[in-house]
Amino acid sequence: MSFKKIWERIVDSKYFSFGVTIVLFGILYAIGILNFKGFSKSQVFFNLFIDNAALIIATVGITFVLLIGGIDISIGSVVALTCMVSAQLMENTKLDAGIVTILVLIMGLAFGFIQGFLITKFNMQPFIVTLAGQFFARGLTCVISTDTINITNETYNAIASARIYLLPKGFISAGVLIAILTLIISTIVLRYTKFGRNIYALGGNEQSALLMGLPTGKTKIAAYTVCGFCSSLAGVVYSLIMLSGYPLHAVGMEMDAISSSVIGGTLLSGGVAFLPGTLFGVLIQGVIQTFITFNGRLSAWWTRIVIASLLCLFIVMQSLITKNRKRINSNN
Amino acid sequence: MPGNELLTMRGICKYFPGVKALQNVDFTLKSGEIHALVGENGAGKSTLIKVLTGVYPLDAGEIFMCGKQIEPHSPLDAQRENISTVYQEINLCPNLSVAENIFIGREPRKMRMIDWKTINKKAKELLNDLNLDIDVTKTLDSFPVAVQQMVAIARAIDIEAKVLILDEPTSSLDEVETQHLFTVVRKLKGKGLGIIFVTHFINQIYELCDRITILRNGELVGTYNTEELPRVQLISKMIGKELGDIQSVSKNEDVKSKEVYMTANNITSYGCINNFNLDIYKGEVLGFAGLLGSGRTETAEILFGINKPDKGSLSIEGKPVKFSDPSDAVNHKIAFCPEDRKTQGIIGDLSVRENIILAMQAKNGIWSHIPLKEQERIADEYIKLLQIKVSSKDQLIKNLSGGNQQKVIIARWLATNPYLLILDEPTRGIDIGTKAEIQKMIIELAKEKDMSVIFISSEIDEMIRTCTRLAVLRDREKVGELVGKDINSDEIMKTIAGGVDQ
Repeated sequence: MSFKKIWERIVDSKYFSFGVTIVLFGILYAIGILNFKGFSKSQVFFNLFIDNAALIIATVGITFVLLIGGIDISIGSVVALTCMVSAQLMENTKLDAGIVTILVLIMGLAFGFIQGFLITKFNMQPFIVTLAGQFFARGLTCVISTDTINITNETYNAIASARIYLLPKGFISAGVLIAILTLIISTIVLRYTKFGRNIYALGGNEQSALLMGLPTGKTKIAAYTVCGFCSSLAGVVYSLIMLSGYPLHAVGMEMDAISSSVIGGTLLSGGVAFLPGTLFGVLIQGVIQTFITFNGRLSAWWTRIVIASLLCLFIVMQSLITKNRKRINSNN
Repeated sequence: MPGNELLTMRGICKYFPGVKALQNVDFTLKSGEIHALVGENGAGKSTLIKVLTGVYPLDAGEIFMCGKQIEPHSPLDAQRENISTVYQEINLCPNLSVAENIFIGREPRKMRMIDWKTINKKAKELLNDLNLDIDVTKTLDSFPVAVQQMVAIARAIDIEAKVLILDEPTSSLDEVETQHLFTVVRKLKGKGLGIIFVTHFINQIYELCDRITILRNGELVGTYNTEELPRVQLISKMIGKELGDIQSVSKNEDVKSKEVYMTANNITSYGCINNFNLDIYKGEVLGFAGLLGSGRTETAEILFGINKPDKGSLSIEGKPVKFSDPSDAVNHKIAFCPEDRKTQGIIGDLSVRENIILAMQAKNGIWSHIPLKEQERIADEYIKLLQIKVSSKDQLIKNLSGGNQQKVIIARWLATNPYLLILDEPTRGIDIGTKAEIQKMIIELAKEKDMSVIFISSEIDEMIRTCTRLAVLRDREKVGELVGKDINSDEIMKTIAGGVDQ
């Protein structure tokens, strides 16, 4: 077998873009270790997870929606709303932290369900419906309070500052635990349940899915519901870091989630995604931020510029993979 | 050998607003037979299939499956009654694995989790049964269309089908792939399935099918045993003309100038047309005759640069040319009126004037403004020339009748002063009066302006009346050329059927 053929095989493999994402993460991390003192500490690695726990959950949520070829741009606002409602309820009603958390999770679930219902039943553009959702959630957050509400609830603060040691000198937070659990459960759901496979089928070709007798409508609504739930779960994790409700929390988080998902190998046209890949999409963003922190002189906005180039790179790569596959086909 | 009656459809009627799509159609399918369902466009084949598979509700009639009356309301219902369909466009998910495409919706599970091992193993066995040995864990889109078709069939028969409907399964397959498909279909026939085979390819009907049911204009023409129906009769029954019942029509003068304008050398485009050779003379009306799917439209599209040929070359006035897109063809003074004017021709929300100058504008480039006065002059000229019935040249084109819309599109291309005008089914769905006007216009354009016209039509009458030469196509190949006195319906049908006078 010639080198070219082997290369074609590799590119054609299902896990090629997952591999590229991991290799890229590895390279970036290696550059960090070589350039900065202290980058090799295990806690630097764990901090990537701690800082981005909420984003990981949001990325899992958006990936469900991207898989069916849809989009949800209400995530950041729902995160802010969740923080605000949690803060308001805990501070001003003295409700138990556990009950508050369950309430806000139900709220996110309902929010996602309503958006999915509107999109599916009235055949509306997901962009417009979730744009309305974005305005609504952000507006509601500001109506509750335009000022910061700090969360002083003791249980909540205790959970927030809990350190779970994985190594003698490396710990993670409760939020990371939640994020990793969400990721694992979602990966299994997408791979091993009918609902998960229906999501892939729907994204591959909606018409075909319908003709094969799959419940396309229900699946679509469920995908948006999952995304809404993940948004509020991300909100809970975010509030554990911020310990406050504030109208400008998590502005634009949906865009970070979308870009992480795409860098992790998700196709915006639907039908293709691998959740562990999207985790590395988040971590790559995290590494770049860590660079800038370690460097100390660069503007934080450089993160965006690097991410922009990476996005371009990945989109071009994906289109080349698709082309390559077509070429192999026509050669067969 | 064909056994008992498996499926019986009796007195099937289906109406759409203003159209009787099916009128009192009877159809029977025996187990272990391959039954061809044929007819020209609009004959009602696909309506019949859609009624059977529950896509359309029927307005009258009964369907019996193994003696039991059934009323499918959706494709899923039909599947439950063991009726499976493989559609022309493959209805599978390209992003899923081959195995999953066969089993999705009916996945075997272990402890509520999908059992991938069993899926892959079963899929492998199922495809081996169809003489296909591929890696079933690869995604569907990594395989060519022929394999995808086979996967669709595997899915269809795994739903314990008793009736298998194949809707034009060979339209995108090449010869070898088609033969492979036939082997599989014969194997299924041997297992006692009843197979309904919808196709436009005459040769394939005679190669594969036991019986033929012919529909025309929504009515049943008849059901025949294949060996008892000669090809020429099949064609005449499909088209609705008995041989020799058309009187010869006075034709326009033969072309005097024998100057070649355009030549196609050995044009091949896989799945569209094979080894196509043709000289197009100046001032002639050249007809492309053949049944739907014979490669008429595909060839025209190659001449206009919409599709690129895989082999062969084109030349204009002796000089080789290569079209990378239609605008190249336009620059070589070629014009093309597509088959489906609603989707490919008119721009409904623009006025008649704007629709007429569109091609001219495109040819001149978007930056060169054509003054309004000039636009109006051109619009008026062609409205008068083609006798387009409009209330004003600024009327929206969507408010015109079909015939007048067609005239506007022809005007659009005439405004570019083409040397070669390609008209694909310009008279479909147009009343008889306008039809005659368009035919007259075509003859005049060729005669007076020395324009070459390629005229494609399913109506043989029309071809006989207008064409000075006919290229006859069958199954994606040119099988003959007719000139002068040979342009009559007997000869045309014989040539389409394969030159056998039976």
